[in-house]
Amino acid sequence: MSLSRHLAALLALALTAAAAPVAQAQTGPLRIEINDGVIEPLPFAVPDFVDEGGGGEYAQGIARVVAADLAGTGLFREIPASAYVSRVTSFDATIAYEDWRAINAQAVITGAVQASGDRIVVKFRLFDVFSGQPLGEGLQFAGTTQSWRRMAHKVADAAYSRITGEGGYFDSRVVFVAETGPKNQRAKRLGIMDYDGANVAYLTDSASIVIAPRFSPDGNSILYTSYQSGFPQIYLMDVATLSSRPLEQTPGTMTFAPRFAPDNRTVVFSLEQGGNTDIYTLDTGGGGLRQLTDAPSIETAPSYSPDGSRIVFESDRSGGQQIYIMNAAGGEPVRISAGAGRYGTPVWSPRGDLIAFTKQNRGRFHIGVMRTDGSEERLLTASFLDEGPTWAPNGRVVMFTRQGAGADGQPALYSVDISGRNLRQVPTETPASDPAWSPLLP
Amino acid sequence: MRLAPQAMLLVATLALAACNNPDRYGAAGGPGGPGGAGGIGTTGLGGPNDPSSVAYFQQTLGDRVFFAVDESSLSDQARQTLIGQAQWLAQNPDYAIIIEGHADEQGTREYNLALGARRASAVQDFLISQGVAPNRMRTVSYGKERPVEVCSSEECYSRNRRAVTVLSQGAGA
Repeated sequence: MSLSRHLAALLALALTAAAAPVAQAQTGPLRIEINDGVIEPLPFAVPDFVDEGGGGEYAQGIARVVAADLAGTGLFREIPASAYVSRVTSFDATIAYEDWRAINAQAVITGAVQASGDRIVVKFRLFDVFSGQPLGEGLQFAGTTQSWRRMAHKVADAAYSRITGEGGYFDSRVVFVAETGPKNQRAKRLGIMDYDGANVAYLTDSASIVIAPRFSPDGNSILYTSYQSGFPQIYLMDVATLSSRPLEQTPGTMTFAPRFAPDNRTVVFSLEQGGNTDIYTLDTGGGGLRQLTDAPSIETAPSYSPDGSRIVFESDRSGGQQIYIMNAAGGEPVRISAGAGRYGTPVWSPRGDLIAFTKQNRGRFHIGVMRTDGSEERLLTASFLDEGPTWAPNGRVVMFTRQGAGADGQPALYSVDISGRNLRQVPTETPASDPAWSPLLP
Repeated sequence: MRLAPQAMLLVATLALAACNNPDRYGAAGGPGGPGGAGGIGTTGLGGPNDPSSVAYFQQTLGDRVFFAVDESSLSDQARQTLIGQAQWLAQNPDYAIIIEGHADEQGTREYNLALGARRASAVQDFLISQGVAPNRMRTVSYGKERPVEVCSSEECYSRNRRAVTVLSQGAGA
């Protein structure tokens, strides 16, 4: 894999990449082909950003977050500052390519930060060291000082996108269930955090069990299931105000496993009545309850295709859990899972190309991906209990719950990329489960 | 599964403190507890030898039935337990019940919720067949959210795959 050659090939494209919606640039030449196993991570350097006035307390932190984002993908390897030949003391000074070449840094990110009051401005440039040219134009982000980590994530997203040709995913959040107490007296509450575990906030108290929160495609709302009424019911929370209300529910029924449609208002979910669980949709604006499946088996865990035309879900109509796809309006589903074992919790990739799922086989749990026709199944993980994948906004990484066995087997969040590499635990303050990734933040 | 008198008092106290909400049974959900004591009124629980007492229902008759892996069909033993429950409910018409369905941890969260509902419903259907009025019953599934045993072996799993009949007084439909 010759990164420098690839980087050079990208130059023309990258000139306009700064403002372009990079998530759409899937057809461009790939610099790091994420599917095909990177042999050697790309060496890069991120010197501390230059303080251009009042930004001193952020200058190092921003560079550290950028470095952690990139190195955390497993595709990049940071060269430590102790190896640097030259220092970057001015954002606009000419970069000494030969000094970076000498330490084999293929990419260098330089930046500057300026802060005044609660406002902060962050600038960065990305350089392709071996071709001796900038990779794309410099970019500038402005916001509040509180959002300095978000700006660092945006810098890293831009660098990642320019080098890999993929959309970024660092400036994103994860909603999850924070767990405390022993397994037989579990207290659960909703938490939200940056994708890397920073900036945790809690959205509910622990008075009721909450499970499986899900972001709306626009990131403004969260659906979740709560036992607040004593019975499982779907709630809709506004992320900005944290106000929450239950969706309409027929007495004597249980509703759970909600997900939004791409329209941000239709919800697909499971409704149980008299012991039988089927899939329904509802308009969060009110009314419009529609039944999409009608079978004596369990139909649950529905997830829309990104274009909203189809729904993938699990059903045990064949005797065990398997994955099916049907039209968004319902109708006869087509089974796509075919291997041994049980398949559940299917989630459609935001790119549309893959379905992530949980597989149970021979006493082990796996997170896996398959194409939407069920072909090319690939198991990414294996453990005592892995479940509930959620996609990164760029469709290249999934996060999921891993729980150990026995009284001490606490649940934790892990991420892995779709080639099965780079398995990592996501740091959380407490044991955690049921992650759901937000879209890329605006 | 016998409880010491002290434990029964604790359960009674917690039940009194709880509102009519099956999720809020707190510590009463621990091993040996009723697995869900919410909604019990202010009447004393009595002793397991008093046939009209809650303790008799929970311990002597048995407030729970168990299921095979990924199954919701009732065993002969489960049917016997439920026949006893139905007779007790016929003699104690002031009580309504909430049937809690539970699953062990081997399974995905959503599926286990649906499976717990199947189990609760199987108990409800059987109790209806034994003459318990449908409007005295509600079901709720906890999936794998509320195990009573925490080990990860069949010994514990078999006790977590359960449906628990929780008494509530005067709740009705």
